[in-house]
Amino acid sequence: MPAALPRLVRLAPSAAIGLLVFPVLVGLAGAALPAFGFFPALGGHTLSLEPLRDVFAQPGIWKSIGLSALVGLFSPLIALVLTFVLLAATWGTPALAAVRRLIAPLLSVPHAAAAVGLAFLIAPSGFLFRLISPELSGLTRPPDLLIIQDPLGLAMTAGLVAKEMPFILLMSLAALPALDGRRRQMVMTSIGYGRGMGFALAVAPQLYQLIRLPVFAVIAYASSVADVAIILGPTTPAPLSVRILDWASDPDLTSRFMAAAGALVQLALTVSALLIWFAAEKILGRLWELFATSGIRSGRGGKGWQALALAVPLVPMLAIAAGLALLLVWSFAGPWRFPDTLPSSWSLRAWMQMGSDGFELAQTSMLIALVPTLVAAILIIGCLEVEFATGRTGGSRSLLILYLPLLIPQVTFLFGLQFLAIVLRADGMIVSVMMAHLVFVLPYMFLSLADPYRRFDRRVIQVASGLGLGFWRRLFQVRLPMMIAPILTALAIGIAVSIGQYLPTLLVGAGRVPTLTTEAVALAAGGDRRALAVAATLQSVLPFVAFWMALALPAFVARKRKGMQIA
Amino acid sequence: MSSNFPTSACKSAHFRTRPTASGVAAALLMLAAAPAANAASLADFDALVAQTEGQTVFFHAWSGDPTINAYIDWAGDEIEARFGIELEHVRVTDTSDVVGIVLAETAAGRDSGGSVDLVWINGENFIALKEAGLLFAPDDDGWADRLPNWNFVDDEGNPSLTVDFTVPVEGLQAPWGTVQFSFYYDANLIAETPDNPLALLDWARSNPGRFTYPQPPNFLGSTFLKLLLAYTVDDRSRLAEPLEAADADDALEPLFAYLDELHPHLWRSGRTFPANQAALRQLFADGEIEIGFANNPAEASGAVARDEFPASTRSFVFDDGMIANSHFLAIPANANAPEAAMVVANFLMSPVAQLRKQDPAVWGDFTVLDIEALDDATQAAFGALDLGVATLGPSELGPAISEPHTSWLEAIEAQWAARYQGG
Repeated sequence: MPAALPRLVRLAPSAAIGLLVFPVLVGLAGAALPAFGFFPALGGHTLSLEPLRDVFAQPGIWKSIGLSALVGLFSPLIALVLTFVLLAATWGTPALAAVRRLIAPLLSVPHAAAAVGLAFLIAPSGFLFRLISPELSGLTRPPDLLIIQDPLGLAMTAGLVAKEMPFILLMSLAALPALDGRRRQMVMTSIGYGRGMGFALAVAPQLYQLIRLPVFAVIAYASSVADVAIILGPTTPAPLSVRILDWASDPDLTSRFMAAAGALVQLALTVSALLIWFAAEKILGRLWELFATSGIRSGRGGKGWQALALAVPLVPMLAIAAGLALLLVWSFAGPWRFPDTLPSSWSLRAWMQMGSDGFELAQTSMLIALVPTLVAAILIIGCLEVEFATGRTGGSRSLLILYLPLLIPQVTFLFGLQFLAIVLRADGMIVSVMMAHLVFVLPYMFLSLADPYRRFDRRVIQVASGLGLGFWRRLFQVRLPMMIAPILTALAIGIAVSIGQYLPTLLVGAGRVPTLTTEAVALAAGGDRRALAVAATLQSVLPFVAFWMALALPAFVARKRKGMQIA
Repeated sequence: MSSNFPTSACKSAHFRTRPTASGVAAALLMLAAAPAANAASLADFDALVAQTEGQTVFFHAWSGDPTINAYIDWAGDEIEARFGIELEHVRVTDTSDVVGIVLAETAAGRDSGGSVDLVWINGENFIALKEAGLLFAPDDDGWADRLPNWNFVDDEGNPSLTVDFTVPVEGLQAPWGTVQFSFYYDANLIAETPDNPLALLDWARSNPGRFTYPQPPNFLGSTFLKLLLAYTVDDRSRLAEPLEAADADDALEPLFAYLDELHPHLWRSGRTFPANQAALRQLFADGEIEIGFANNPAEASGAVARDEFPASTRSFVFDDGMIANSHFLAIPANANAPEAAMVVANFLMSPVAQLRKQDPAVWGDFTVLDIEALDDATQAAFGALDLGVATLGPSELGPAISEPHTSWLEAIEAQWAARYQGG
């Protein structure tokens, strides 16, 4: 058994909880108190159920709730299935390397920009229609077709699937080396299973166990997403998250009570979606087991099936990649009107308008992203080491509270955070902005790192211990190098999450800590695709570098360590 | 509210973030001694200017338009050069975020030394802040109408400068610009533009799917409904009075009858609506709709200049007038540098700043000044501005219709949601 932990490491869970419980609880209180009518600055001095009643009295509210729940469950499900089909089809083939190359750019781009790109691809006035107009379609004006913003939220679901797939794929690729899948696959082939079935029976269930927590984060995200919903989702009525945002920004300040109550409804909705998912997991797991033990050797599908298994999952990812490429074209576009396939002239105007402070803003953004990400990484590794040594997940279980920032809509949660910063006279300071980012960065990183860490082969550490290595050398010479893929992935996710934070940066920073994102998002509010494209590109650069490194570096390290190779 | 004013006079940026015992003591002393001095400084504007040199004003302003941002940059340079005040443009996407900052600070008990010094604002947010007592009011009174450049403001000719959404401004915000709703269209596609709502309905019938409006309670969408209200209500003068809940159904019946007729002919048959002004503009730019509209009559010209809209874009208005309103600069009650913010507001109302703002090559936002009150050279310069092909001149904009009392809009938005939002 590993020797006692250094004192410093044992402090990690308390440090994590200490740093985060306070802001999270105040954030939660900031959402909960106004939800029950308490908000003295607006004249609410007593507790009441009035705001909740108001929410449920809104026209179409149940449709909004149902819509959010359906999108929140189906988009992760479809994304998960498609990702596994893609992995089954490309597992151990050169095609997987090609797919890997798609991930970094797709993950780096902010969701809203990806949604705008996708909308431009498929809208009746969009690129696909321009491509076939007027020659093939005979159209000189865009047709009046309800393709995006459809009442069932299909376009919104498609957009979310496309953006969630790269994330699930990334988590899977980071987790796969721990499964020693190649040997499993060989065994399955030797007992007569085809590639797809071999993957489905011998790899997929274990892989799912490893990426379960990130999938939960995806469900929480999809059931509460606002920006993608505004662009692709229906409006009559809109999904719940969008309506909460409307109430929170209503000039009538008393609507803020309703927004806070709506946030609690949203929390209940997201938790319900997760519970439904748990139940489905149980049923499906049982069915899978029955099937696996039946010994049926089907799924030796012909070439046609294999091509389909490769093509179908690629469609959403390629669609979103195309949308992003088109957005980049827009950033250099002069006039570009229907049905022209390409802009009629080119211009640098949108790029010039971004101003000359770009470099300084990029520096601030990078600093604000790196500090919380590194702090979070250290805290998480410390917590997981404590858990590993003691065998108790108690420390990290109390970290459950840290997932609240993922479950409650930002607009209402942030009010508490902002309030806290103001009371501490810490608003407008860069350190406060970093702290606020930590609140959102840490849960995502924890979700992505926890399972790979927990499933790390204990025997490796025992051997290292037996060879006389102390804690720090075991950590830095054995554990961290072997876990480089999930750790770099977690770091990249942390950086991307931080760069994406607009409201926390504005509100906790009191507008005095400008970053690339605050500038870019503010400029994109005007609605010109060119400005949005420039903004999205600038916002994507840092996360892109991070994701690219997370995917490229492990392979580089693995060159010297044969057993770690990925595919 | 006025008690905020004296304390802030002695405050530096240093004091705001790091209160010290001596700082607090000094503040308390000033609290007792200062009121007379400050009342004098608004009366003696030059002294106020001298006193605010070296201060920083955090100006929270919507920044979705690069040309507006560039204008604010220019103003910042001028203000720095003229008054030694540093103007920091805080980029915001939604004014309600700024209201949120002020609210959170107030809730946390920060009654002075707040992070917002000046905010670009319009009617509904102004009313909300005014009702919540969150606006700066030295000596319990307005400040904007005591600024030197108020002398040039067209407060008699343009009622929307003194009454914002039927709520009296009372000098609690300084007028910055004035706009009048107008439609834009592509002159290559439409030969004859509709000059009243019925003509618009006819046009929509024969051009299905080519018109829509942002979904209320979006500001622009609601303004469109207010315009229709002005044309469908039995007596326009009623709009200045509050709408009693009992009368709402009757009074709004013609409006909703009109909408019921119009909706099937809208973009996507009225099954979904664009979210806001930006989305509406995008639909026009993409050719999905053929008639769009904006609050700022210069918006279409700006979009033409940015290659967003076709060069053949032009504007039109309804014959019996369009909704007009103004936008303003307000100072929150807990601002850190309210005096410097007043100096900034005074400059932004000055003839030189207003002239530049109205130049469509810069921004194209109409002035709040009474041109005839200006000197000859400035009058000539205003007259010489080329407003751009897609912008109607002040004389072509037709009569201005005032904003109705907010109770009308509240009733319209509630009924709209009940009828059309349930899906």
